[in-house]
Amino acid sequence: MVGYLNSPGALFDEFRRLQTEMDELFGRWPSPVEIRSVGRGAYPAINVGATAEQVNVYVFAAGVDPKSLDISLQQNLLTIAGERSAMTEEDANYYRRERFDGAFRRVLALPEDADPERVEAHYQDGVLQITVQRREAARPRQIEVH
Amino acid sequence: MAETSSIPTERQETGAQEVTKQQARESGSEVTLRPPVDICEDSDGITIRADMPGVSRDRLDIKADRDALVIEGEVKIDMPEGMEALFADVRSTRYRRSFALSRELDVDAIEASLNNGVLSVRIPKRAEVRPRKIEVRTD
Repeated sequence: MVGYLNSPGALFDEFRRLQTEMDELFGRWPSPVEIRSVGRGAYPAINVGATAEQVNVYVFAAGVDPKSLDISLQQNLLTIAGERSAMTEEDANYYRRERFDGAFRRVLALPEDADPERVEAHYQDGVLQITVQRREAARPRQIEVH
Repeated sequence: MAETSSIPTERQETGAQEVTKQQARESGSEVTLRPPVDICEDSDGITIRADMPGVSRDRLDIKADRDALVIEGEVKIDMPEGMEALFADVRSTRYRRSFALSRELDVDAIEASLNNGVLSVRIPKRAEVRPRKIEVRTD
Protein backbone atom coordinates (compact mmCIF):
# COMPACT_ATOMS: atom_id res chain seq x y z
CA MET A 1 0.00 0.00 0.00
CA VAL A 2 2.87 2.33 0.83
CA GLY A 3 4.09 1.89 -2.72
CA TYR A 4 0.82 3.24 -4.04
CA LEU A 5 1.07 6.31 -1.82
CA ASN A 6 4.54 7.08 -3.10
CA SER A 7 3.39 7.02 -6.70
CA PRO A 8 0.11 8.91 -6.89
CA GLY A 9 -0.07 8.29 -10.63
CA ALA A 10 -0.72 4.63 -10.02
CA LEU A 11 -3.78 5.45 -7.96
CA PHE A 12 -5.43 7.22 -10.83
CA ASP A 13 -4.37 4.97 -13.60
CA GLU A 14 -7.32 5.12 -15.92
CA PHE A 15 -6.70 1.74 -17.39
CA ARG A 16 -6.44 0.03 -14.05
CA ARG A 17 -9.78 1.54 -13.15
CA LEU A 18 -11.42 0.27 -16.32
CA GLN A 19 -9.88 -3.11 -15.89
CA THR A 20 -11.07 -3.43 -12.32
CA GLU A 21 -14.50 -2.37 -13.46
CA MET A 22 -14.65 -5.03 -16.10
CA ASP A 23 -13.33 -7.70 -13.78
CA GLU A 24 -15.96 -6.81 -11.22
CA LEU A 25 -18.67 -6.43 -13.78
CA PHE A 26 -18.21 -9.70 -15.59
CA GLY A 27 -16.52 -11.59 -12.77
CA ARG A 28 -19.83 -12.22 -11.05
CA TRP A 29 -21.64 -14.98 -12.76
CA PRO A 30 -25.41 -14.94 -12.78
CA SER A 31 -27.01 -18.26 -12.08
CA PRO A 32 -28.78 -20.14 -13.51
CA VAL A 33 -26.63 -20.16 -16.61
CA GLU A 34 -28.16 -18.88 -19.83
CA ILE A 35 -29.59 -21.71 -21.96
CA ARG A 36 -27.63 -20.77 -25.09
CA SER A 37 -24.32 -20.31 -23.33
CA VAL A 38 -21.47 -22.50 -24.50
CA GLY A 39 -18.74 -24.32 -22.66
CA ARG A 40 -15.36 -22.89 -21.78
CA GLY A 41 -13.03 -22.33 -24.66
CA ALA A 42 -15.74 -22.20 -27.31
CA TYR A 43 -15.25 -19.74 -30.13
CA PRO A 44 -16.12 -16.94 -29.97
CA ALA A 45 -16.56 -16.02 -26.31
CA ILE A 46 -19.22 -13.39 -25.69
CA ASN A 47 -19.92 -10.88 -22.95
CA VAL A 48 -23.12 -8.85 -22.78
CA GLY A 49 -23.70 -5.77 -20.70
CA ALA A 50 -26.53 -3.28 -20.59
CA THR A 51 -27.34 0.24 -19.52
CA ALA A 52 -30.78 1.85 -19.46
CA GLU A 53 -30.21 3.11 -23.02
CA GLN A 54 -28.40 0.32 -24.77
CA VAL A 55 -27.25 -3.27 -24.80
CA ASN A 56 -23.56 -3.89 -25.52
CA VAL A 57 -22.43 -7.19 -26.91
CA TYR A 58 -18.70 -7.98 -26.96
CA VAL A 59 -17.70 -10.87 -29.19
CA PHE A 60 -14.13 -12.02 -28.57
CA ALA A 61 -13.42 -13.16 -32.11
CA ALA A 62 -9.70 -12.82 -32.81
CA GLY A 63 -8.48 -13.12 -36.37
CA VAL A 64 -11.79 -12.79 -38.16
CA ASP A 65 -12.22 -11.02 -41.45
CA PRO A 66 -14.98 -8.51 -40.58
CA LYS A 67 -16.41 -9.03 -44.07
CA SER A 68 -17.12 -12.67 -43.26
CA LEU A 69 -19.35 -11.72 -40.32
CA ASP A 70 -23.09 -12.10 -40.57
CA ILE A 71 -24.92 -10.37 -37.76
CA SER A 72 -28.70 -10.35 -37.51
CA LEU A 73 -31.20 -9.34 -34.88
CA GLN A 74 -34.66 -10.81 -35.12
CA GLN A 75 -36.84 -9.37 -32.39
CA ASN A 76 -34.49 -9.81 -29.46
CA LEU A 77 -32.58 -12.80 -30.80
CA LEU A 78 -29.09 -11.87 -31.92
CA THR A 79 -27.28 -14.22 -34.28
CA ILE A 80 -23.60 -13.86 -35.02
CA ALA A 81 -22.14 -16.09 -37.69
CA GLY A 82 -18.81 -16.05 -39.46
CA GLU A 83 -15.74 -17.90 -40.40
CA ARG A 84 -12.28 -17.94 -38.96
CA SER A 85 -9.20 -19.46 -40.50
CA ALA A 86 -6.51 -20.51 -38.05
CA MET A 87 -3.89 -19.95 -40.82
CA THR A 88 -2.16 -23.30 -41.02
CA GLU A 89 1.48 -23.40 -42.03
CA GLU A 90 2.41 -25.86 -44.68
CA ASP A 91 5.49 -28.05 -44.28
CA ALA A 92 5.40 -27.59 -40.54
CA ASN A 93 4.99 -30.07 -37.74
CA TYR A 94 2.17 -29.11 -35.37
CA TYR A 95 2.48 -29.74 -31.64
CA ARG A 96 -0.61 -27.91 -30.52
CA ARG A 97 -3.75 -26.86 -32.34
CA GLU A 98 -6.01 -25.24 -29.83
CA ARG A 99 -7.21 -22.32 -31.92
CA PHE A 100 -10.59 -22.50 -33.56
CA ASP A 101 -10.69 -23.09 -37.30
CA GLY A 102 -13.84 -22.95 -39.41
CA ALA A 103 -17.37 -21.59 -39.34
CA PHE A 104 -19.13 -20.49 -36.18
CA ARG A 105 -22.60 -19.37 -35.16
CA ARG A 106 -23.81 -18.11 -31.85
CA VAL A 107 -27.29 -17.02 -30.83
CA LEU A 108 -28.06 -14.81 -27.87
CA ALA A 109 -31.29 -13.60 -26.35
CA LEU A 110 -31.02 -9.89 -25.64
CA PRO A 111 -33.43 -7.98 -23.41
CA GLU A 112 -36.90 -7.86 -24.99
CA ASP A 113 -36.76 -4.12 -25.61
CA ALA A 114 -33.72 -4.32 -27.91
CA ASP A 115 -34.46 -2.29 -31.05
CA PRO A 116 -33.50 -4.20 -34.23
CA GLU A 117 -33.64 -0.93 -36.17
CA ARG A 118 -30.83 0.65 -34.22
CA VAL A 119 -27.83 -1.63 -34.20
CA GLU A 120 -24.19 -0.70 -34.74
CA ALA A 121 -21.19 -2.96 -34.95
CA HIS A 122 -17.49 -2.40 -35.12
CA TYR A 123 -14.47 -4.65 -34.97
CA GLN A 124 -11.21 -3.71 -33.30
CA ASP A 125 -8.27 -5.70 -31.87
CA GLY A 126 -10.20 -8.92 -32.42
CA VAL A 127 -13.28 -7.83 -30.51
CA LEU A 128 -16.57 -7.27 -32.30
CA GLN A 129 -18.65 -4.78 -30.38
CA ILE A 130 -22.36 -4.66 -31.18
CA THR A 131 -24.38 -1.82 -29.70
CA VAL A 132 -28.15 -2.19 -29.71
CA GLN A 133 -30.33 0.70 -28.56
CA ARG A 134 -33.25 -0.09 -26.29
CA ARG A 135 -36.73 1.24 -26.97
CA GLU A 136 -37.58 4.45 -25.20
CA ALA A 137 -40.62 3.09 -23.41
CA ALA A 138 -38.57 0.62 -21.47
CA ARG A 139 -36.30 3.20 -19.93
CA PRO A 140 -37.00 4.24 -16.41
CA ARG A 141 -38.38 7.77 -16.42
CA GLN A 142 -36.89 10.26 -14.08
CA ILE A 143 -39.66 12.07 -12.22
CA GLU A 144 -38.62 15.42 -10.94
CA VAL A 145 -40.05 16.87 -7.79
CA HIS A 146 -40.66 20.59 -8.04
CA MET B 1 14.01 -37.60 -34.01
CA ALA B 2 16.12 -34.75 -32.75
CA GLU B 3 13.47 -32.29 -33.81
CA THR B 4 11.07 -33.10 -31.04
CA SER B 5 13.56 -31.89 -28.46
CA SER B 6 12.71 -28.30 -29.20
CA ILE B 7 8.99 -28.37 -28.42
CA PRO B 8 8.30 -25.45 -26.14
CA THR B 9 6.79 -27.19 -23.15
CA GLU B 10 4.29 -25.41 -21.06
CA ARG B 11 5.43 -24.16 -17.69
CA GLN B 12 3.59 -24.89 -14.51
CA GLU B 13 1.90 -21.69 -13.47
CA THR B 14 3.04 -21.89 -9.89
CA GLY B 15 3.70 -18.19 -9.79
CA ALA B 16 0.02 -17.40 -10.01
CA GLN B 17 -0.74 -19.49 -6.96
CA GLU B 18 1.87 -17.72 -4.89
CA VAL B 19 0.06 -14.44 -5.30
CA THR B 20 -2.14 -13.88 -2.30
CA LYS B 21 -5.74 -12.82 -2.72
CA GLN B 22 -4.88 -9.44 -1.25
CA GLN B 23 -2.15 -8.83 -3.81
CA ALA B 24 -4.42 -10.02 -6.57
CA ARG B 25 -7.10 -7.55 -5.55
CA GLU B 26 -4.60 -4.73 -5.53
CA SER B 27 -3.39 -5.58 -8.96
CA GLY B 28 -6.98 -5.55 -10.17
CA SER B 29 -7.37 -9.12 -11.29
CA GLU B 30 -7.50 -12.50 -9.64
CA VAL B 31 -7.76 -14.80 -12.61
CA THR B 32 -5.77 -14.90 -15.83
CA LEU B 33 -7.09 -16.18 -19.13
CA ARG B 34 -5.13 -18.88 -20.90
CA PRO B 35 -5.11 -17.96 -24.57
CA PRO B 36 -5.52 -20.90 -26.97
CA VAL B 37 -2.37 -21.45 -29.04
CA ASP B 38 -1.17 -23.22 -32.15
CA ILE B 39 2.48 -24.22 -32.11
CA CYS B 40 4.35 -25.58 -35.08
CA GLU B 41 7.92 -26.19 -36.08
CA ASP B 42 9.64 -26.12 -39.43
CA SER B 43 13.29 -26.55 -40.26
CA ASP B 44 14.16 -22.94 -39.40
CA GLY B 45 12.22 -22.36 -36.23
CA ILE B 46 9.05 -22.44 -34.23
CA THR B 47 5.89 -20.40 -34.75
CA ILE B 48 3.38 -19.75 -32.00
CA ARG B 49 -0.02 -18.20 -32.65
CA ALA B 50 -2.21 -17.13 -29.76
CA ASP B 51 -5.74 -15.72 -29.69
CA MET B 52 -5.78 -12.65 -27.48
CA PRO B 53 -8.84 -10.67 -28.52
CA GLY B 54 -9.16 -7.21 -26.96
CA VAL B 55 -5.42 -6.72 -26.60
CA SER B 56 -3.88 -3.81 -28.46
CA ARG B 57 -0.20 -3.56 -29.23
CA ASP B 58 0.54 -1.29 -26.27
CA ARG B 59 -1.15 -3.70 -23.86
CA LEU B 60 0.90 -6.65 -25.03
CA ASP B 61 3.98 -7.85 -23.22
CA ILE B 62 6.28 -10.57 -24.53
CA LYS B 63 9.28 -11.59 -22.50
CA ALA B 64 11.87 -14.14 -23.46
CA ASP B 65 15.03 -15.25 -21.78
CA ARG B 66 17.11 -18.35 -22.33
CA ASP B 67 14.66 -20.56 -20.52
CA ALA B 68 11.21 -19.23 -21.12
CA LEU B 69 8.85 -17.27 -23.28
CA VAL B 70 6.09 -15.44 -21.45
CA ILE B 71 3.22 -13.81 -23.28
CA GLU B 72 0.91 -11.47 -21.45
CA GLY B 73 -1.74 -9.02 -22.49
CA GLU B 74 -4.45 -6.86 -21.03
CA VAL B 75 -7.91 -6.56 -22.52
CA LYS B 76 -9.27 -3.11 -23.04
CA ILE B 77 -12.80 -2.62 -24.32
CA ASP B 78 -15.02 0.43 -24.30
CA MET B 79 -17.74 0.23 -21.72
CA PRO B 80 -20.43 2.82 -21.18
CA GLU B 81 -20.84 4.30 -17.74
CA GLY B 82 -23.16 2.38 -15.45
CA MET B 83 -23.21 -0.85 -17.44
CA GLU B 84 -24.52 -4.02 -15.82
CA ALA B 85 -23.35 -7.48 -16.86
CA LEU B 86 -26.03 -9.71 -18.34
CA PHE B 87 -23.88 -12.53 -19.62
CA ALA B 88 -20.17 -13.28 -19.52
CA ASP B 89 -17.99 -15.96 -21.08
CA VAL B 90 -14.87 -13.87 -20.49
CA ARG B 91 -14.41 -13.12 -16.84
CA SER B 92 -10.96 -11.65 -16.62
CA THR B 93 -8.99 -9.01 -18.47
CA ARG B 94 -5.55 -10.54 -18.40
CA TYR B 95 -4.08 -13.18 -20.67
CA ARG B 96 -1.00 -15.08 -19.64
CA ARG B 97 0.79 -18.13 -20.89
CA SER B 98 4.40 -19.26 -20.73
CA PHE B 99 6.52 -21.85 -22.43
CA ALA B 100 9.89 -23.33 -21.58
CA LEU B 101 12.43 -22.86 -24.34
CA SER B 102 15.36 -25.01 -25.24
CA ARG B 103 18.91 -23.99 -26.07
CA GLU B 104 18.89 -24.33 -29.84
CA LEU B 105 16.33 -21.54 -30.17
CA ASP B 106 17.66 -18.07 -30.84
CA VAL B 107 15.92 -15.93 -28.24
CA ASP B 108 17.55 -12.72 -29.48
CA ALA B 109 15.98 -13.12 -32.88
CA ILE B 110 12.36 -13.57 -31.79
CA GLU B 111 9.86 -11.62 -33.83
CA ALA B 112 6.27 -10.94 -32.92
CA SER B 113 3.27 -9.38 -34.58
CA LEU B 114 -0.29 -8.71 -33.51
CA ASN B 115 -3.15 -8.66 -35.97
CA ASN B 116 -6.84 -8.44 -35.02
CA GLY B 117 -6.15 -9.98 -31.64
CA VAL B 118 -4.00 -12.81 -32.99
CA LEU B 119 -0.43 -12.81 -31.74
CA SER B 120 2.21 -14.50 -33.90
CA VAL B 121 5.61 -15.21 -32.43
CA ARG B 122 8.43 -16.60 -34.51
CA ILE B 123 11.41 -18.12 -32.71
CA PRO B 124 14.18 -18.98 -35.15
CA LYS B 125 16.65 -21.76 -34.49
CA ARG B 126 20.28 -20.83 -34.12
CA ALA B 127 22.06 -20.94 -37.43
CA GLU B 128 24.33 -23.78 -36.34
CA VAL B 129 21.43 -26.13 -35.60
CA ARG B 130 19.49 -25.51 -38.78
CA PRO B 131 19.66 -28.50 -41.06
CA ARG B 132 22.29 -27.96 -43.71
CA LYS B 133 21.51 -29.02 -47.16
CA ILE B 134 24.37 -31.14 -48.36
CA GLU B 135 24.92 -30.89 -52.05
CA VAL B 136 25.86 -34.05 -53.83
CA ARG B 137 28.13 -33.33 -56.71
CA THR B 138 28.25 -35.47 -59.73
CA ASP B 139 31.22 -35.35 -61.98
